[in-house]
Amino acid sequence: MNRIDQLFASKQERILNIYCTAGFPGPDDTLPVMTALQAHGADMIELGMPFSDPLADGPVIQDSSTRALQNGMSLKKLFGQLEGFRDRIHLPVILMGYLNPILQFGVEAFLEKCAAVGVDGLILPDLPMAEYEQEYKPLFEKYGLHLILLVTPETSDERVRQIDALSRGFVYAVSSSSTTGKDKDMSAQQAYFERLKGLQLKNPVLIGFGIRDKRTFDTACAYSNGAIIGTAFIRAMEHSKDIDATVQQFIQTIR
Amino acid sequence: MDIAVNTSGSRYHVDKNGYYGRFGGAYIPEMLYPNVEELRQNYMQILSDTGFQQQFAHLLSDYVGRPSPLYLAQRLSEKYQANIYLKREDLNHTGAHKINNTIGQILLAQRLGKKRIIAETGAGQHGVATATVCALMGMECVVYMGSVDIERQAPNVARMKMLGATVMPATSGSRTLKDATNEAIRDWINNPVDTHYIIGSVVGPHPYPDMVARFQSVISEEIMRQLLEKTGRAYPDYVMACVGGGSNAAGAFFHFLDHEKVQLIPVEAAGKGVNSGFSAATSQLGRPGVIHASKTLLMQTEDGQIVEPHSISAGLDYPGVGPLHAHLFETGRARFLHATDDEALAAAFELTRLEGIIPALESSHALARLGDLALQPDDVVVVCLSGRGDKDMATYIRHLEQFTKS
Repeated sequence: MNRIDQLFASKQERILNIYCTAGFPGPDDTLPVMTALQAHGADMIELGMPFSDPLADGPVIQDSSTRALQNGMSLKKLFGQLEGFRDRIHLPVILMGYLNPILQFGVEAFLEKCAAVGVDGLILPDLPMAEYEQEYKPLFEKYGLHLILLVTPETSDERVRQIDALSRGFVYAVSSSSTTGKDKDMSAQQAYFERLKGLQLKNPVLIGFGIRDKRTFDTACAYSNGAIIGTAFIRAMEHSKDIDATVQQFIQTIR
Repeated sequence: MDIAVNTSGSRYHVDKNGYYGRFGGAYIPEMLYPNVEELRQNYMQILSDTGFQQQFAHLLSDYVGRPSPLYLAQRLSEKYQANIYLKREDLNHTGAHKINNTIGQILLAQRLGKKRIIAETGAGQHGVATATVCALMGMECVVYMGSVDIERQAPNVARMKMLGATVMPATSGSRTLKDATNEAIRDWINNPVDTHYIIGSVVGPHPYPDMVARFQSVISEEIMRQLLEKTGRAYPDYVMACVGGGSNAAGAFFHFLDHEKVQLIPVEAAGKGVNSGFSAATSQLGRPGVIHASKTLLMQTEDGQIVEPHSISAGLDYPGVGPLHAHLFETGRARFLHATDDEALAAAFELTRLEGIIPALESSHALARLGDLALQPDDVVVVCLSGRGDKDMATYIRHLEQFTKS
């Protein structure tokens, strides 16, 4: 059973998924950050594969990508770092990134490698639903990898249902019409959250974008199975001198 | 008006799924889906509307100054021993072909009920053309421009500001055109309802490449009509145009795409030399991938990171190429050539001295390859002179001595 499904089978509330960029803040910090996230109570890890032109991310996450690339990160290097990580980390791990580096790596070779090191799912914002369904779905299934799709406040009910039907693991609900890290008043999104809840989707729902502290996390959890925190965590890590201590402190402020 | 011409069944125009062969498509995050879908569903209907076409035609004639002349360049023709015509897009209002597209898109934005316009710009020509139509229509305008380009292109920044636009510096990544495009896309994600994004070239997600090509297709429509009047034949032997993203080339080629006897010659910027590491010749250096939501050829590292290109002309300084051009390259329909910075400079000075026309550095890349076509005396060549050289005077002045000594 996929670790994402295992997690939701045992826990349906207040799931904390934290995003971190691979190779950030230092080139060899990927595993230490993941280890600290597990030690201090995260439920799931979303690991960003750095890209030069990350359209769907805000400036803080893009800057972390730029820094990771300057640190020499690449997909090959990432898979090197992830070699054997399952000896230490049992949390579900999702890779998030953009299509172009994967196309260059070779889609099947990439998925095969993901499965081999123990990745559970993927978030690929610039892979459209129709392309996925027509070209790549059988490959994802062959390697037991979940593709997690996004919905936004502008997504119609009908399309939310299509996305839910195709998504595996969970549905990623973008909290507002925004790139990551935008501060928008989450109360304004409550109608949207209510609407999603009312649709009774087959997948669990995690809310992301704009979740940055206990208050926003609690709001998100009131309407969904949990939330994803990215920008606020990257900000906390930017100048970290002690990864384990920074991660511990950060998660304490959320839980 | 032929902007809504039915192109189904063509080997080279966009297909019903938004692809040119295996290139194109709309690789957009879900956050952009409603915006792009709204455009996709409506653009052909709007372009086909008689009222829209009349308004577009009226502004192109009375405001832009179209038709732009098709000029038989006598002394240039003598030098290259053929009949060389220049399509004078440099004489358009704001000095380049870019305005054809911004006029079309702002009329479209109005019909979609949009209140706010955003755009990206490299050298500032598309930014100026967008700020111009926004002033004309009284619409709010935000132009994203790489902070590096803002410093390099101060006069165009001033023009945009005088026209009432807000110029937003793109400070991420390499801080040039591709990053300005990323920032504009982000703005659109954050403002999905009231904002229209006027993309400046035949790039981006479907339907942009086709829509921009249609607005620019007025170039080839006029070429056919003017050539017929002047020579009795509508189809030239060659059409040449510079290619960065490729919008002037798309417009100059549009009505000739399915007439295989017309040889299409896109000319890319080789920078300091194709293999120098400082080049923007995407067809030579690129591999298939996805940039700015379109599958096309792009310059990238082995790991799939997008590479920063180089060209002396900011308008050609783009690491990708429109999906139409990627398809023309792959099918062999167009013969891609390239010119270095120095060759483009030499061609600019040559045209200036032979014809009294100071061309934009971008257009000079096309002129630089005239000598490579093995022309026959009866051949008819149309070169799209996409813009005027005013914006490049600082560069030309730096090279004045080098090219005027004789």
